[in-house]
Parts: sequence; C-alpha cells; structure tokens
Amino acid sequence: MNENTAIHISHLSKDFKLPHDRQNSLKGRVVNFRKRGYEIQQALKDISFDVKKGEFLGIVGRNGSGKSTLLKLIAGIYMPSKGIIQVEGRLTPFIELGVGFSPELSGRDNVYLNGALLGFSRAEMESMYDDIVEFAELKDFMDQKLKNYSSGMQVRLAFSIAIKVNTDVLVLDEVLAVGDAAFQQKCFDYFMDLKKQKKTVILVTHDMGAVRQYCDRAIMIEKGTVAEEGSPERVAMAYQQLFVKEIEDQQERDNIEGERWGSGEIRAISTSTKVTKEMVTITTKYIANKTTENPVFGITIYSPSDVGLIDANTYQVEKRTGHIEKGKSISMTWEIPNLFVKGRYRVSTGCASSSFHQIYDQVMGAASFRIAHDTPTGGVIYPSVVLNNFSVGKSDENHSVNKV
Amino acid sequence: MKVYWSKENKALLSELVRTDFKLRYQGSVLGYAWSLLKPLLLFVILYVVFVSFLGIGKDLPHFPVYLLLGIVLWNFFVEMTSQSLGSIVGRGDLIRKIRIPRWMIVLASSILATINMLLSLIVVFIFMIINGVGVTWGLLMLPIYLVIIYMLAIGMSFFLSAAYVKFRDINYIWEVILQAGFYATPIIYPLQIVKNATIEKILLLNPLAQAIQGARYHVVTHETLTAGGMLRGSWYIIIPFLVTLIIFIGGILYFRSQADSFAENI
Repeated sequence: MNENTAIHISHLSKDFKLPHDRQNSLKGRVVNFRKRGYEIQQALKDISFDVKKGEFLGIVGRNGSGKSTLLKLIAGIYMPSKGIIQVEGRLTPFIELGVGFSPELSGRDNVYLNGALLGFSRAEMESMYDDIVEFAELKDFMDQKLKNYSSGMQVRLAFSIAIKVNTDVLVLDEVLAVGDAAFQQKCFDYFMDLKKQKKTVILVTHDMGAVRQYCDRAIMIEKGTVAEEGSPERVAMAYQQLFVKEIEDQQERDNIEGERWGSGEIRAISTSTKVTKEMVTITTKYIANKTTENPVFGITIYSPSDVGLIDANTYQVEKRTGHIEKGKSISMTWEIPNLFVKGRYRVSTGCASSSFHQIYDQVMGAASFRIAHDTPTGGVIYPSVVLNNFSVGKSDENHSVNKV
Repeated sequence: MKVYWSKENKALLSELVRTDFKLRYQGSVLGYAWSLLKPLLLFVILYVVFVSFLGIGKDLPHFPVYLLLGIVLWNFFVEMTSQSLGSIVGRGDLIRKIRIPRWMIVLASSILATINMLLSLIVVFIFMIINGVGVTWGLLMLPIYLVIIYMLAIGMSFFLSAAYVKFRDINYIWEVILQAGFYATPIIYPLQIVKNATIEKILLLNPLAQAIQGARYHVVTHETLTAGGMLRGSWYIIIPFLVTLIIFIGGILYFRSQADSFAENI
C-alpha cells in the first residue's frame, strides 16, 4: 500500500445469503429443517479503488445500488466475502448520527458513551468534550437527560460529536439528509472546513450539489459495481443520466402493461409513435384471428392529465375496412399535426365490430409519446397562435377609471 | 492480547457497564438496593416454603445461609446467561451502524451480572455473621468457585447470544433448561435428601452443582456433599471441570465464528 493511500480496496465482493421462507407448513419446516434454501444476492462485485490521504471522496448511487453495503464494509461493520480493504489510521464512521444515544442518560454521559462506541478512550473524549459542547451550543443542558432535549438539540449534539472527534478518516452517510436549513448550512460550512484541513473524508450522498462543491473525486455505484469514477462533474452527470434512462425504461414498460380487454377477433400486436416538430405519427399493427366484415379501428390520445384529447376511428373518416380474412395482418397509421404542449401523452388503440356492438380489442395505454420542447404558449394544446394586433390607444375620457 | 485490551476497549467496556448500571434501576425508588433485595426476597419465599412448611434442611447446620449462598450463586448464572442471550440482538442498532468488538457487549453484560452477584454476597456475609457461621480460611476458596461459575456462564453466554441471532427459539429453550436446572441443581434442597448415592453422584457431575456445593462446603458447612467427597478416587471427578472448560472454550470459538456476520444477520 502506497504511503499516500488512506484506504485501499481491491477486488472487493460481498454476498448476502437471503433465506427462503417458503415452507409454510409445520411439516414442511420439519422435513426441510436441515436444508433450508437460500438465495445468494451479490451486493457488490469486484470493486477496486483507492482513497488518497487528504482526499474528499463522494460515493453516489441509487437506493439499492450497493453503496451503503460498500460503506459498511469500509467501516468494518460487514466483512467482505472476497477481496481486501486496508485502512491506514483511525477510521470513524457516521452511518447514522447519535447511534447508541440513550434518552435516560444525561447529555454528558451520552457524549462519553458515544465517544467510547466510536473507539475513543475517556482521556481523548475529555480533551474533545468542551469543543463538542461549545459547537452544539448546549452548555447549560449537559446535565439534563437526553429525553428532555428537543429533537433539534439531540441532532446538534450528535452532529457536534461527529464534527469534533479527531480522526484520520471520516466516513459520513447521508448526514445532510437531516436537520433544518440552519443545520444544513452548518454542515456545509463544516465540509468546507474539512476540505481546507485536508482531512480524508468519504461522503455518501444523493445531493449532486454537495458532490460538485466539496468532493475532489467521486464514484458512482450501480448494481454493485463501480459504474463511473472521476471528477465530481462527470460522476454527477452520470448519476443524473441514470434517472433519465429510468424514465425511458418506465415508459417502455407502460407501453406493454396497459389494461386490455375485448373478444379478440382482431388483436393489436404493437403500437409505435414518432414525434417530429410538425407531426405525431402513430402506427398500430393488428392481426386478424377470425374473419370479420368492416371492423372499425381507432385511437384515443390522452393528455398528461388524462383527458381524452383526440378520438379518431376509421368509421368517422368513412374508411370502409372491408372483408378481412383470418390470419391477415393489418397496419394502421394516423398522422396528427403536432399541436401538443410539453408533457407525456398516452395512446389507446381499439378495434370493434362495424356496428360497435362488440369490442374486439381495446388496449389502454398501448403506447405513449413525449413532447420535450417548450411551447411559446401554454394551456392544453398549442395551435399556431398568432398575435394579430397589439396597440396602446389614446386616453379616452369616457372610459377613464380615475374619474370621480 | 494487547489488541483485546487496548485503551479504547477499556473505555468502551466501562461505558457500556456504566450505562447498563445506570439504566437498570432507572426510575425505581430503591434503585441499586434492588440488587440486594431481589435475592433476599427470593430467599424469604423459598425459606418459608421449604424450611418452615416442608421442614427441609433441618439436619444441616446453618441451612438458611447454605440456602442463600446457593440462591445467590445460581442467580448469578441465570442472570448472566439470560441477559447475555439477548444482548447481541438487543444491541442490533449498534452492531449494524458502528464497528465495536462484538464480544465487548457480552462481556459488559457479564460484568454487570458479576457486580450484582458481589453485591448479593454482601447480604450473604451479613447472614453468616447473624447466623454464627465461623469465618474460616475456607472463605479463600470462594473466589475459585466464583471463577468456575463465571467461566461456565460466560462460555454459555457467548454461545447463546451468538446462536440467538440466527435461532430465536433459543430464548424459550433456555428458559425451560434453566427451569429444569433449578431443580436438577441442589439449590433449595440439601443433596442428602436424595438418598440414592448414584443419583447424588450424577447430579454432582453438573459443573454448576459441583461449584455451588464446593462453595457451600468451604464457606458454610463441611457437611455439604461435594463432587470431591462423593467421587473421590474416581476419574469421574474431572467431568465437571472438563464440561466447564469445554463450554468456556466452545462458547468463545462459536461466538468468534459467528461474530463477523452479526451485522447482516440481525
């Protein structure tokens, strides 16, 4: 390990055994007692990185990405399944503020207890005690029981301990998520201080602003691996990109999972949308499972607030669809001038008998499309609105409002 | 060993014990006095029922002291094991969020039980004086038996607290075992009452029975039946000590093998 390295992580993997709990009967439990099944969940896969001394490292990732597991491994709370973690110097983790705080003890006792839990001897705590109390602004309350503190006071005390302990490597998990605006400001000032003091800090957060502002370097964990590593800017961008992708994935899922009913003589196979600045094109492909006469095909477009905006079918436009034999495929394309305002629109497709007595197939939310650009005017639709005249006239005595 | 006995660990241990001690009688009027009152009240009940009503132990000199010492030592074992049993799970929030040596938690709860036992022993000594039990050199043997009981109890505590993380049935099983053990160990009755030498010998193979009887023999009366007296010359005599050693070492080893995965299993 290089002497400038504070933490060295190499090929780190972590598996969790998740026991199945499917044996519902007592007999099942007894019979399977010895071989209770479990599933292995790989929370982290082959992670390697170093943290340099004096570096402010950000770790970002979505919920469930494995970043908390990584943090707990670094903190020594979990043991790695594979790989090694080497830490140079004393590492103090704050996975949560005020761990081990006991409401029945006084503020003073809690400070010493918390210190001992974090691995500080009594003498070390005594040297830090005054600083902690002063920072927390709780000097007059230290002999009161913690349960008589307001929640704000408790957080202040816990955070002061986190700030004032003398340690080599500080690991902070989401401490920014608690507290009011004033407290958050205190956090930010504190991070600036840490940065100036060249302390080694690992910060786990969802706040890309904090990553950009304080971190020298950042790592993004996704699905248990290091998905991105580098400058805070680069990682913050990658992180935000994740959510854009997520929305798109969601959209695709919605397309398939819409509600559907009908007798099935003709069924829609797919619906696709294409959006240009001028035109929205919606194409639906069907397959005929039975031979039918003059069925009616249609679409409905719903606004972002789920109002049916456009209802169009082949009957309205006087298109006779004729005799459609079993096994034939059908394609239908609608073109709609792009008068839509920004937002996401859902498309439902339908097919019914010529008299509308029988619904062959109705697919709610068969597809959707998104208008991403802003339109100059608001409302529900955006036709080409033209400002024809605007003028300011001369003062008209008869209409003067100020006239008494 | 130096790693285990660092400054930080000492501070942690003393804070854990201090906290538990402060919190134990939180809000009660009598406070620490309960540490003395609890065994005393239990003693009164057992004395009234077994000695006054049933007339047990009339043949034994200083039977009240004999009874009280037995109760105190038995309670020491019960308190330590049952409090340790839930100690790891009970401190789950710490274990999942902070890196502290897990064995510290069990050790802290064992020290608390020891402090309680030592306080109770004060009551025993007062009774000894009232009852006219002579203070002899035999008293020096008491710490040895206390250490034996401690080793047995801490070994058991390590095993139980680690097993409880995975198998929550342990709690109920241990309760039943303690209940059975209370009668299988000659605490409320003098062993002589059994009258069957073989059964007496078997009962004395229980390391706890052997230790309690040994303590009574040296502190209260030489008429106490002990493993040393009953099994003289037989190799059976090593069984209680062997069991103690196996439980002590086995418990620690099992705890060590499990400790790394407590955080994810709790």
